[in-house]
Amino acid sequence: MKILVPIKRVVDYNVKVRPLSDQSNVDLNNVKMSVNPFCEIALEEAVRLKESGAASEVIAVTVGKQDSQEQLRTALALGADRAILVESDNLVEPLVIAKALANICEDENPNLIILGKQAIDGDNNQTGQMLAALMGYAQATNASEINISGDSANVTREIDGGLQTIQVSLPAIVTTDLRLNEPRYASLPNIMKAKKKELNIISLADMGFDISNRTELLSVELPAERAAGVTVESVDELMDKLKNEAKVIS
Amino acid sequence: MKILVIAEHDNNNLKGSTNSTIAAAREIGSDINVLVAGLACSNVANEVASLDGVTTVLLADDAAYENFLAEDIAKLVISIADDFEYILAPATTFGKNFLPRVSALLDSQQISEITAVLGPDTFKRPIYAGSCIATVKTLDDKKIISVRSTAFDGVNSGSAIAEVKDIASVGTDGKSSFVNEELAVSDRPELTAADIVISGGRGMQSGDNFHLLDSIADKLGAAVGASRAAVDAGFVPNDYQVGQTGKIVAPDLYIAVGISGAIQHLAGMKDSKVIVAINKDEDAPIFQVADYGLVADLFEALPELDSKL
Ligand SMILES: Cc1cc2nc3c(=O)[nH]c(=O)nc-3n(C[C@H](O)[C@H](O)[C@H](O)COP(=O)(O)OP(=O)(O)OC[C@H]3O[C@@H](n4cnc5c(N)ncnc54)[C@H](O)[C@@H]3O)c2cc1C
Repeated sequence: MKILVPIKRVVDYNVKVRPLSDQSNVDLNNVKMSVNPFCEIALEEAVRLKESGAASEVIAVTVGKQDSQEQLRTALALGADRAILVESDNLVEPLVIAKALANICEDENPNLIILGKQAIDGDNNQTGQMLAALMGYAQATNASEINISGDSANVTREIDGGLQTIQVSLPAIVTTDLRLNEPRYASLPNIMKAKKKELNIISLADMGFDISNRTELLSVELPAERAAGVTVESVDELMDKLKNEAKVIS
Repeated sequence: MKILVIAEHDNNNLKGSTNSTIAAAREIGSDINVLVAGLACSNVANEVASLDGVTTVLLADDAAYENFLAEDIAKLVISIADDFEYILAPATTFGKNFLPRVSALLDSQQISEITAVLGPDTFKRPIYAGSCIATVKTLDDKKIISVRSTAFDGVNSGSAIAEVKDIASVGTDGKSSFVNEELAVSDRPELTAADIVISGGRGMQSGDNFHLLDSIADKLGAAVGASRAAVDAGFVPNDYQVGQTGKIVAPDLYIAVGISGAIQHLAGMKDSKVIVAINKDEDAPIFQVADYGLVADLFEALPELDSKL
């Protein structure tokens, strides 16, 4: 079984992102970039499937700028066998990313595609489902458990009401939620080995479909600030404030 | 400007996220058609028909839709999509599951989780865990939009009753099937619908200690939530998680207990009207968003609060 793991280069989750002073976009100057946390979980799951013997090859792919090679190298250090960069000059939207990934799927014919449920930059939560639709594949989003048997997989999904288990026939798309696994760290020897692994670069523009963005970013601003609060000294004072000042309890 | 809203429900009851999505639709236009897809869900269709602002209810009552599988709901929406310029769904795990499929099949770039409608093609939405708010304009003819429920006050029933039209099922493509579900059952209000939410974090130390919150929640008629750390540690199930990648809540009162206030947690609750933080660390970032902060050991503060309520 061949597994494709699309990943994304995003701002590290510890960074507090702010708008540029002209509010034209977010300020990404000199901030730490990482592999999107949900993509790390996706990769970890794929690597574990390979280690268990269920999968034979794990391919990491990203659609991004030249600098995304850094995240692909991380993926290789974490256990991907090879990597593909679909290189673009600009950052593109989920629909374009999904179309590029569909192209890669046509070439590679993976049996399973595991990706993060959302990237923590745009928080869109779209790419996996879009790819599934474009390929006509089944999907299981927000996975907290994946069990492969033969040509289908049982996937437990974290939904608002609790947990749901569905069966999808392969090839299928699975998107990961936080509790699917705890990703490993790359060891130094594996980081060294990753430098020698295969990383192919394909041009997005050469894929032959419209790659223009369909939305315009008009501005980026900070959310409304909350008025400064007060410190209360005791439970009694807290209750008094909630009853008589905020009037939220009776 | 015909608008299609996909209703979220459980075949018996309508979910409040639908009312909020209809409210967002009303800010876009007035020809609002609501698709109710499910099995034996005519009650839900009738409930939707009574809501303010609804023009027509489209009812697809078929076994294919019983469990709302993304492939099948998307296929159904596509079968009627020609008639509509806007397709809206709630940004819940229900809407997030199928709407991007619809969007890709219609070759349109979905706008996720809008929090404001500024014009027919211009919307606000949070990005980077709500650290920033983006104003975006879509250039697509067909506009596919998911709606953050907490940002729009849900519509109530009005005086008029909309017509309910049956529409044909387009069946299932059989690529995925439902196995089972473990849904949380609770006598308390649902987390996203509650007026008061009390949430516990890693500071609670164990699942057993959540009874300290349960008892207060019962007295206040509150829902109980949690941080990711508390869910990851197995103190409480996943459906308790509030945050960037969990549930978004905006109750009248949010009480955060033993929660540090990571940006990913704040993303899910900082639009609450009144925020209370109880934490033993006076430097915890949660105090920066709290209206009332109590620096205290929760194992002392909670029993005292409980006894005085
Ligand atoms: C991709 C990604 C997505 C995420 N999504 C979410 C999300 O949706 N929701 C979410 O919540 N988090 C999310 N997180 C995790 C987030 O970054 C934090 O790790 C998490 O919110 C911390 O939970 P906590 O505040 O309970 O734990 P901690 O940060 O460990 O804080 C525990 C707090 O309890 C206090 N405390 C301890 N003992 C006591 C006591 N006896 N009395 C009073 N106070 C006490 C401590 O002072 C401390 O402030 C996400 C992270 C990532 C990377």
